[in-house]
Amino acid sequence: MKETPLSNCERRFLLRAVQERKRLDGRQCYDYRNVRISFGTDYGCCIVELGKTRVLGQVSCELVPPKPNRATEGILFFNLELSPMAAPAFEPGRQSELLVKLNRLIERCLRNSKCIDTESLCVVAGEKVWQIRVDLHVLNHDGNITDAASIAGIVALCHFRRPDVSVQGEEITVYTPEERDPVPLSIHHMPICVSFAFFQQGTYLLVDPSEREERVMDGLLVIAMNKHNEICTIQSSGGIMLLKDQVLRCSKISAVKVAEITELIQKALENDQKVRKEGGKFGFAESIPNQKITAFKMEGAAVDTTDVEEQAEEIITKADPPSEVFTQPILHTPGTAQIGEGIENAWGDLEESEREETADEEGETDAPAFEWEKIKMEDTSGTKETEKDEPIVLSDSEEEEVVILEPQAPSRKTRTQATLKQENTSKKTFNKKRKKKRVAH
Amino acid sequence: QYVPVKGDHVIGIVTAKTGDLFKVDVGGSELASLSYLAFEGATKRNRPNVQVGDLIYGQFLVANKDMEPELVCIDSSGRASGMGVIGQDGFLFKVSLGLIRKLLAPKCEIIEELSQLYPFELVLGMNGRIWVKAKTVQQTLIIVNILEACEYMTAEQRKQALAKVSGN
Repeated sequence: MKETPLSNCERRFLLRAVQERKRLDGRQCYDYRNVRISFGTDYGCCIVELGKTRVLGQVSCELVPPKPNRATEGILFFNLELSPMAAPAFEPGRQSELLVKLNRLIERCLRNSKCIDTESLCVVAGEKVWQIRVDLHVLNHDGNITDAASIAGIVALCHFRRPDVSVQGEEITVYTPEERDPVPLSIHHMPICVSFAFFQQGTYLLVDPSEREERVMDGLLVIAMNKHNEICTIQSSGGIMLLKDQVLRCSKISAVKVAEITELIQKALENDQKVRKEGGKFGFAESIPNQKITAFKMEGAAVDTTDVEEQAEEIITKADPPSEVFTQPILHTPGTAQIGEGIENAWGDLEESEREETADEEGETDAPAFEWEKIKMEDTSGTKETEKDEPIVLSDSEEEEVVILEPQAPSRKTRTQATLKQENTSKKTFNKKRKKKRVAH
Repeated sequence: QYVPVKGDHVIGIVTAKTGDLFKVDVGGSELASLSYLAFEGATKRNRPNVQVGDLIYGQFLVANKDMEPELVCIDSSGRASGMGVIGQDGFLFKVSLGLIRKLLAPKCEIIEELSQLYPFELVLGMNGRIWVKAKTVQQTLIIVNILEACEYMTAEQRKQALAKVSGN
């Protein structure tokens, strides 16, 4: 199935939001989404949730003959699969570019960093070694599969227990879990990938991009690091040119993030260990809460709501200077007067406002444009002040011209938003009539 | 998954411009077609200014399970009545079909409460897509988040959230 195309509108909005350092879900530029780790009943099975992105990791082992040129080392095998339930664009059996890239990255991160001690996987040199197979399945794609997959991989490896073996001469005995407790793998360190998305040729950067942000980004930088501040892998894709200090800054950020995530992983592993020892219930059935179809839950998004509403003063001070000034006010209908500042008339823009108004009838919430707010403000101040010049009353609103006086003192124009809304509807219907007349002429 | 129904107003994304036809993605199983003459004031000489990637608000002229659905941006009397290309700024996002129907109900509390906050423009498509535009990016984001959360919030939680926004 094809993916939904990204409209120009969304792209523009996302880029603008990035420029203002705002993200869709209210995070800061360097914030990660919530990481949640849960374990299954088997050793070596875990699900990692990074926001809405979910990756399942499963580790299994097998005794096999070793590779000829590495007779004393175990074999590590990584496999990442993009299941179609992750995103409509992922089709089974299709080797997409993304899949190859992710696979290579995970392999480099976990294999080349030598985080697992492969020598300890050797049972009989040259004959039998353990082959550890790590399978990662992407269950849901909401951006940043790399990070989630790397966390799932390393957590599954840490959680895994292989059967105990003993060698007596030529005999190898593999003990079942009942006979002897299975043995954990020997892991030196935990490399974790941190992704950075770049926008506008490297000017803006975001950590942990979500799916929408990934679609509009220029380039991606992935740094795999462990908590001892050692960089295991670094990869830059997208063809953007990065400056040296940008890369250094990213590595510092990832050091902080990796430390946090490693701590989280340790805690999760300890918890699971404790629960298993105490004989309590463990596994997915316990850790992933029951979700009934009729009960919905959503994480709250922390969106900054400060300074959202504009004060009337701000609107006034930002107004355009008057364009035309006439001498006499004209009353459009009895009780109202137009004695406002001459801001740019929105009259000329017939089509757009017409569409807005008719759209109103279809049940949309139409917002008065910037200019209308101003005119309305003038309106009510006008009604309070009819002792200005002699107003000419035209009984039916058949006139054409907008007559504007000299601007008044700013103090008059402060008003609350509540009364503004009331004027809204009356002004709108009145405007419609005026516009139609204009067109006729 | 949205199923096109004749007469439904939806928001579509233009994916291709072929000859005198636009291919529009409406979130259904097939792409809908939109003729360039189906806009107000469009003639063979006067083509509408539509690019690939633009948002279109239109209604279905033809929508049955045997044929490819057809969109038009013009009503039966030939007027646009609000349909056509949606403006350049603003943000598009998806919600569930049930929420859209709730928002389109005659006296929708959510919309009334939101309009008390600050002015914004809103276009609701029956295919689950909503387009919002407010004066600043921040305001737009707030509306997007509130609408997405309205799915799961009770009326009380919503009032609390809105009070927090207007209180700041």
